[in-house]
Amino acid sequence: MTADLRDLYQDVILDHGKRPRNARVIEGATLTQPAYNPLCGDKGTLYLSLDPDEGRIVDAAYVGQGCSISTASASIMTEFVRGKTREEALATFGLFHDMITAPPDQASHRAVPEMGKLSVFSGVAEFPARVKCATLAWHALKTALALGPEAAAKPVSTE
Amino acid sequence: MKTAAVPRPPGHREMDASTNAVSRPTDAEAVRAAFPILGTLVHGKPLVYLDSAASAQKPQVVIDAERRVYETLYANVHRGVHDLSMRASDAYEAARAKVARFIGADGVKEIVFLRGTTEAINLVAQTYGRVHVAEGDEVLITALEHHANIVPWQMLCHEKGAKLVVAPINDAGEVEMAAFESLLSARTKIVAVAHVSNALGTINDVPRMAAATRERAPEAVVLVDGAQAVPHMPVDVSSLGCDFYCFSAHKMYGPSGIGALWGRKALLDAMPPWQGGGDMILSVSFEKTTYNEAPFKFEAGTPNIAGTIAFGAAIDFLTGLGMNAINAAESDLLGYGTAALSALPGLRLIGTAAHKASVLSFVLEGVHPHDAGSILDYEGVAVRTGHHCAQPVMERFNVPATIRASLGVYNTREDIDVLVRGILKVQEMFT
Repeated sequence: MTADLRDLYQDVILDHGKRPRNARVIEGATLTQPAYNPLCGDKGTLYLSLDPDEGRIVDAAYVGQGCSISTASASIMTEFVRGKTREEALATFGLFHDMITAPPDQASHRAVPEMGKLSVFSGVAEFPARVKCATLAWHALKTALALGPEAAAKPVSTE
Repeated sequence: MKTAAVPRPPGHREMDASTNAVSRPTDAEAVRAAFPILGTLVHGKPLVYLDSAASAQKPQVVIDAERRVYETLYANVHRGVHDLSMRASDAYEAARAKVARFIGADGVKEIVFLRGTTEAINLVAQTYGRVHVAEGDEVLITALEHHANIVPWQMLCHEKGAKLVVAPINDAGEVEMAAFESLLSARTKIVAVAHVSNALGTINDVPRMAAATRERAPEAVVLVDGAQAVPHMPVDVSSLGCDFYCFSAHKMYGPSGIGALWGRKALLDAMPPWQGGGDMILSVSFEKTTYNEAPFKFEAGTPNIAGTIAFGAAIDFLTGLGMNAINAAESDLLGYGTAALSALPGLRLIGTAAHKASVLSFVLEGVHPHDAGSILDYEGVAVRTGHHCAQPVMERFNVPATIRASLGVYNTREDIDVLVRGILKVQEMFT
């Protein structure tokens, strides 16, 4: 095993890839957003329950099929965004996206403390072919939060 | 290549072998030495290129041929009276003659140069198809087709109110011939089939399909997508019994962006032109244009001149090695690879037809193909992972994607061994 490959396949990612958390349907979810990557065939559905008063995410789940990167990313995301407000979750999307797309020598590539467990995905930056795997569930989150219930009519895509 | 001393059968076509750096596939090292890219390191490991079904690598003779065009004879073709233009035109038309001989066409006028297989199929759909397919008619394809041999027919059927009919495949990935034959009728106007499946490696029984079409659907023409066949086996269109045959240079060690359509001359002559422009006309006034004859009426605009001439060099390269010898060597390697992969626990081959060429498509239990592809890449092994532009095939086998190792003239048993060791590393990480 080369060190570089271990940057991508960290133990936390392998664990969540094999045993994704929150892989369940939320009945009566506030937002339901399908996601699809036509290039690799990865697809899934994101479920979000929001507190109507505060706009806070009280529950998040994702059911789908995909590679270990996309499965782990969805799993860790659903854990991470629970309890966050809509604005906080969208801001995290921005930080996450910057972390895995910026060149490794740029400051935005580095994980910031508030990203917590999401920092395990920083190695994806060295594997541009896998960025779309890591962001599929996040794009679903962004679309669902930005557009609301109407968004579900059309799957988000990382293509 | 391992089956080196392959005897040449009588009547084997061999031309222009003298122009090749490599004359016989008797020496794997000599064949590999013809491909400069094989010296590349990937992640610090020697490149093991097992993705020739997506696109094959280029031998030095092809690279040199393209460069020499620009260095010694480049000008536009079929236009000028000056010396360079005539030299370029001669070299361009010489490539057409090589393509015609290579597939056993009845003369150069049956060869249309296009961007590739996809454009060739679209041309037939948009010219022959729009004339001959009407409401209520049917176009018959098979369940193992590449998207390029599905979508152009879907577009045609949608426009005409015709029906796209799909012959099923069995669990081995072979077309169910009884079903195929039963789907042919007087309504069938076009039959479009792959010669070799890009996702499964299945070799379709084209002569039988063509004969069944003649018998049951006498008005239908048979188009064959030959992109995955011409690099791997001798192809003689007259013995296949089809009407159109399409292929791409880039899968046969030539440049990308160039390919050919073979069509029976009477059919090409009767078809309307497709794109309008220069070279496809005899005379133009604002009132009336007289079209050039086939193949030129299908070649509007300045073509890929250097690429076409280098396509000819690729054919010289293949004929220099000998298509029968290539076929024998690759069949041997496919057998070796099939046995090696089948021995691995947790590996399931997708596509186990009795007659196969050059493709080892598989899935690994508990591992997504993209994860396997990234890990194999780190071992220097280039394979394709995904749906291979054949989503209906993936659906048929109930998998989202496969890992596909595909073979070319430069592959050896050592390449398969490196692949197997890579797969073991993948399984180690994910179990």
